Amino acid sequence: MSAFSATNESLALALRDTLGERLSDLIEHRGQLTAVVPAAHWLDVAWQLRDEPQFAFEQLIDLSGVDYLGYGDDEWETAEASGAGFSRGVDALGPGRFSWEDRPEAEDFPNRFAVAVQLLSQRHNRRLRLRCYAPADDFPLLPSLIEVWNSVNWYEREAFDLFGIVFEGHPDLRRILTDYGFIGHPFRKDFPLIGNVAVRYDEDKGRVIYEPVEIEPRVGVPRVVRRDSRYVDNGQERTGR
Amino acid sequence: MSEIRNFTMNFGPQHPAAHGALRLILELNGENVERADPHIGLLHRATEKLAESKPYNHSIGYMDRLDYMSMMCNEHAYVRAIEQLLDIEAPERAQYIRTMYDEITRILNHLMWVASNALDLGAMSVFLYAFREREGLLDCYEAVSGARMHATYYRPGGVYRDLPDQMPKVAESRWRKGKDLERMNRWRGGTLLDFLEAFCEDFVTKVDDYESLLTDNRIWKQRTVGIGEVSPERALQLGFSGPMLRGSGVAWDLRKKQPYAKYAEVDFDIPVGANGDCYDRYLVRIEEMRQSTRIIQQCIAWLRANPGPVILRNFKVAPPSRREMKEDMEATIHHFKLFTEGYCVPEGETYAAVEAPKGEFGCYMISDGANKPFRVHLRAPAFVHLSAMDEMARGHMLADIPALIATQDIVFGEVDR
Repeated sequence: MSAFSATNESLALALRDTLGERLSDLIEHRGQLTAVVPAAHWLDVAWQLRDEPQFAFEQLIDLSGVDYLGYGDDEWETAEASGAGFSRGVDALGPGRFSWEDRPEAEDFPNRFAVAVQLLSQRHNRRLRLRCYAPADDFPLLPSLIEVWNSVNWYEREAFDLFGIVFEGHPDLRRILTDYGFIGHPFRKDFPLIGNVAVRYDEDKGRVIYEPVEIEPRVGVPRVVRRDSRYVDNGQERTGR
Repeated sequence: MSEIRNFTMNFGPQHPAAHGALRLILELNGENVERADPHIGLLHRATEKLAESKPYNHSIGYMDRLDYMSMMCNEHAYVRAIEQLLDIEAPERAQYIRTMYDEITRILNHLMWVASNALDLGAMSVFLYAFREREGLLDCYEAVSGARMHATYYRPGGVYRDLPDQMPKVAESRWRKGKDLERMNRWRGGTLLDFLEAFCEDFVTKVDDYESLLTDNRIWKQRTVGIGEVSPERALQLGFSGPMLRGSGVAWDLRKKQPYAKYAEVDFDIPVGANGDCYDRYLVRIEEMRQSTRIIQQCIAWLRANPGPVILRNFKVAPPSRREMKEDMEATIHHFKLFTEGYCVPEGETYAAVEAPKGEFGCYMISDGANKPFRVHLRAPAFVHLSAMDEMARGHMLADIPALIATQDIVFGEVDR
């Protein structure tokens, strides 16, 4: 019995054999393999994937932080329609619709932060995605991969800057994309889309000043989740989270 | 005796050779660079976060504005990610059009690159010649999309419209008249494909012209040979892709190794460098322009012979035609739903990559089943290349820094996103 397609089968089986229980999950979706690795084994799995000839993932292509807060939430009830049609009201707390004061509380959301890594093996011409959930949500901390793949350097800085994920062992974990002196982690789902502060040049003071944003949050199209029957039945495919 | 100390200097953010808003902090010992610390983010627009708050199709236009020198290639990666999640495939003609426009984009990008690189290193004339050729290709962009750069032409399920039957002509004006006008319109009598065919035939000789200006030019070689050498091992370790990787002698090209669109059907070669220095990367890019011309010619031949649909007739993701919309109730509803709410993409995640002119441009997309992406991450080649600036610059002279920035082919739209 194999749940994997022919192109991915050898890699999937090799991963299962070699990594065993250091792999918390192995998912195939749309022909792409995702291996979920617990944080405790993040580094040694990485070393193994790079150095063992059967894997030989010599390139790290991409690392991306993910904040799963609000995953699957929609702003508009569409599952049931009454005789009067869908409700016109949109729940105002969807992504991008809140301001700094009434941002959503993010207390009980297990496994909120994750990083996803895309690996490429040129020798075997195949790709693999690794995902690792940060163990603690209030202080997401993961080991840095910088010794294994040097290319991760700025990606980890970016994930730290935008999501506040801290990479232990990174030699130079500074902010990278945001302004000098920026406060907060803007790509978190509880960071308002309109931002926090605005800058402008002040004539009287003769310098650029920071002040709280004044614009109203505004998103034109509500976020809607529709379960489409054409996709519900196509096999026992398991998807993401 | 006075104490001799290292000197720290700002290169940019306002510097003509910085190719955008790059603040490069250089630690100099005399004229030798001891450390280079790029500060980026001055053009950060949070494209990925904006994409989370909009229906899928609304963000296609943002992709053009990432690497604004290779617009359609970025769209291609984004659109492919959506198509993978939706499990749909564009019609064959659309895929040939995409292949052709990806290569037009590659020529546009490499022309801009050779132009600005030469200008950075003191050769003015290449810049003017390269822009002359860019003009014709930008007109091809305009002919299909109405915009010279930010096309928003690729859509999930195909491309927005078919190639025009008539290549637009340059209109007469006070400045464009007589012989000049005749010269400008000399290829524009027929269709877009006729224009492109004439362009390609002419363009290979133009590439020879650039080469005669640069390849054996003594000053050009002094500025590029042996500068910024990267070994194949380091190039892999540093995450290089595209011409940066091939310049170091690694024969890796997604168009060949993991073909998408119609790259498996067309015939072309991958140029590879030997020494991994700026000069080899220059040669690789020049040869890529010739190979792109070959691909375009093959696409022209196929597109001439095979008319057909260019977008799926799947009204859940692609709009019906204007005519149908006005005559058919069902089509009106589909049109309304698509342009107000958009389409919902089934839950899942994917990574789609294309061989953009600068390297591997990828789009990692997570959908939770909504009409907006849950998370989009864009893998920009120049971001990775610029992160290697410190390693490449160490030990070089201050005057080599423009050569290094130029050879990495950096555009801040995609570095900062």
